[in-house]
Amino acid sequence: MKFAMEPGMANSSKQLTGAEILIRCLHEENVEFVFGYPGGAVLHIYDAIFHQDKFKHILVRHEQAALHAADAYSRSTGKVGVALVTSGPGATNAVTGIATAYMDSIPMVIISGQVPTYAIGEDAFQECDTVGITRPCVKHNFLVKDVKDIASTMKKAFYVAASGRPGPVLVDIPKDITAHLCDFDYPETVHLRSYNPVTKGHLGQIKKALKLLTEAKRPMVYSGGGVILGDASEHLNKLIQSLGLPITSTLMGLGCFPASDPKFLGMLGMHGTYEANMAMQDCDVLLAVGARFDDRVIGNTAHFLSNPRTIIHIDIDPSSISKRVKIDVPIVGDVKSVLADMNELIATENLKQNKVELASWFKQIDAWRTKKCMNYAQSSELIKPQYVIQKLHEVTKGEAFVTSDVGQHQMWAAQYYKFEQPRRWINSGGLGTMGVGLPYAMGVQLAFPDAQVACVTGEGSIQMNIQELSTCAQYQLPIKVIMLNNRYLGMVRQWQEFFYENRYSESYMDSLPDFVKLAEAYGHVGMQITKPGDVEGALKEAFAMKSRFVFLDFITDQKENVFPMIQNGKGLSEMILAEDL
Amino acid sequence: MTTSTRHIISLLMENESGALSRVAGLFSARGYNIESLTVAPTEDPTLSRMTIVTSGSDEVIEQIIKQLNKLIDVVKVLDLNDGKFIERELMLVKVKATGTFREEMKRMCDIFRGRIIDVADGSFTIELTGSGTKLDAFIESLDKSAILETVRTGASGIGRGDRILKV
Repeated sequence: MKFAMEPGMANSSKQLTGAEILIRCLHEENVEFVFGYPGGAVLHIYDAIFHQDKFKHILVRHEQAALHAADAYSRSTGKVGVALVTSGPGATNAVTGIATAYMDSIPMVIISGQVPTYAIGEDAFQECDTVGITRPCVKHNFLVKDVKDIASTMKKAFYVAASGRPGPVLVDIPKDITAHLCDFDYPETVHLRSYNPVTKGHLGQIKKALKLLTEAKRPMVYSGGGVILGDASEHLNKLIQSLGLPITSTLMGLGCFPASDPKFLGMLGMHGTYEANMAMQDCDVLLAVGARFDDRVIGNTAHFLSNPRTIIHIDIDPSSISKRVKIDVPIVGDVKSVLADMNELIATENLKQNKVELASWFKQIDAWRTKKCMNYAQSSELIKPQYVIQKLHEVTKGEAFVTSDVGQHQMWAAQYYKFEQPRRWINSGGLGTMGVGLPYAMGVQLAFPDAQVACVTGEGSIQMNIQELSTCAQYQLPIKVIMLNNRYLGMVRQWQEFFYENRYSESYMDSLPDFVKLAEAYGHVGMQITKPGDVEGALKEAFAMKSRFVFLDFITDQKENVFPMIQNGKGLSEMILAEDL
Repeated sequence: MTTSTRHIISLLMENESGALSRVAGLFSARGYNIESLTVAPTEDPTLSRMTIVTSGSDEVIEQIIKQLNKLIDVVKVLDLNDGKFIERELMLVKVKATGTFREEMKRMCDIFRGRIIDVADGSFTIELTGSGTKLDAFIESLDKSAILETVRTGASGIGRGDRILKV
């Protein structure tokens, strides 16, 4: 073992410290990056990191960013993201990042330092009940109380994080444990009697679903983040192409089916397209794939169910089925495996949709499309935020990784950047965490050093993790920040305009920094764009600087709203369109 | 909305620290009712058996079962109400027992097949086992002012015949 012979590390025939064992576990799992921040309780671990070079440690400026960066590394690559934080405030700072990953089912392993075992419960310096605090927002967590358990716990952590419905798993390790000695033996396999995620879907249910689908007059497919997490895009595409079905995606599912395909109706939900929402409401058989019928997607469930339709739901998590909407044909299983079974049956049994019925259904869909719900009034004076995203799409040829923060800019990015591939659209859908955009872009850029990475953000969100400009400088990450600066917390302002009679309570962003100077202060390139005519040129100039981090501050129309919009509690077909106002 | 019914859910879980709080936390986080919750190790010391008495519509009970199954530490879950089962709860009641009241209290205890397990100058402590409704009935049959203290374990349940919850 070359590694064990390196200076400072124990010989392989000798026992290793807990910290060294932990590092060896990460090597066994082929971890490329660990995102973290040192502190007292993890000093032994950091010393062991000092003596290795198999993975790269990325030093962030705030633990929350470490979690988001590891999360985005996972979202973009499909591998398990790894973060390392110290006890107490290190762990509490990580909580937002853990909860963000949990809500979107992102596989991660988080290692947190803990005060020594003998000090636990004594309100020691930087002590907190990390396992207790994180319990509601992890898939599982562990407190390691014996050095002999580190290797087996890490093996379990990676297995639980990545299998079944993925999610973050936290391993809390007291400081004394990382100094204790033990033989290193990484288990080859892991067995948990209480955890056996289903993979294959029930063949009887699959046949039933295909029969319903192919006999449908108005079939519709609703795809979600599960398709991306399950790496099932290819299989989904095959199904859609062979049966010719119309398809929509949730915010989390964007990219699992190419946006340029005429069968794609755009995103659905609160800010979904008119045609997608109408088709969801009006279809007679709905196939939901790796989606969870959440409130931002389905709106009012009673209204949704007022139109009778048969619902087929493929999901790996049984608790996602019939949670908000009663499902007629549940198929519990790995999305990829179930779709593969479906495709095989379609081929062997030569299943087809009724061409006449399908054509008349698409005629109806095309009629809805004539609403042109994504049109907006162009301006020669003010930069329209939608226009910036459209130009971003053009300049990057639709091939960029796009991360976003949370708010209006997130919806515009989702609506106007037409994603053709999975794992290119990286955003916080479930928890809706402002501040993810920049650290998300870091995680993606590290995983794909040569790719174009755009962080679409607002002047509100970016300031929630602005300190990471420093991390981007340290690792020379050539991210392009596309900031849509409307001097408002735009989504809050929009709701206040619609539902609170224009009382803009605390939604104005005053005393903004000079973002150009700020970017320059960190050693980056800053640009401010105020005229619509300069948008395209600025984007081209920025992306031409392949090795530089460029911060583009677009001064946009303050009053622009996101349309279509479904008011909270309203049904899918009760959209407010731009033309209604 | 279907009506809310009382369910007894039995589960086997890894006998590890924190396992109980995962279950209790799940119920509070998702707003499910807990009428009672009992837990103790089984004959296999690596496993704990828990009995949860809850109530909810069919949809809510279905979600509770699914969410419990999703917990990594939970090995098996059984809704006892899906078949025939027996429910038992233990109650200890300390009652006033003075003068002629002593005889009366003893008779009452016999009627409910309870046992007096502690006798003091002014009080008896009665041990009573049965379903929750039987224990409720005993309490109701006593004069409120006679009750000094009650303690109940919460229900335990087991399936009848060959309904067996085991790993």
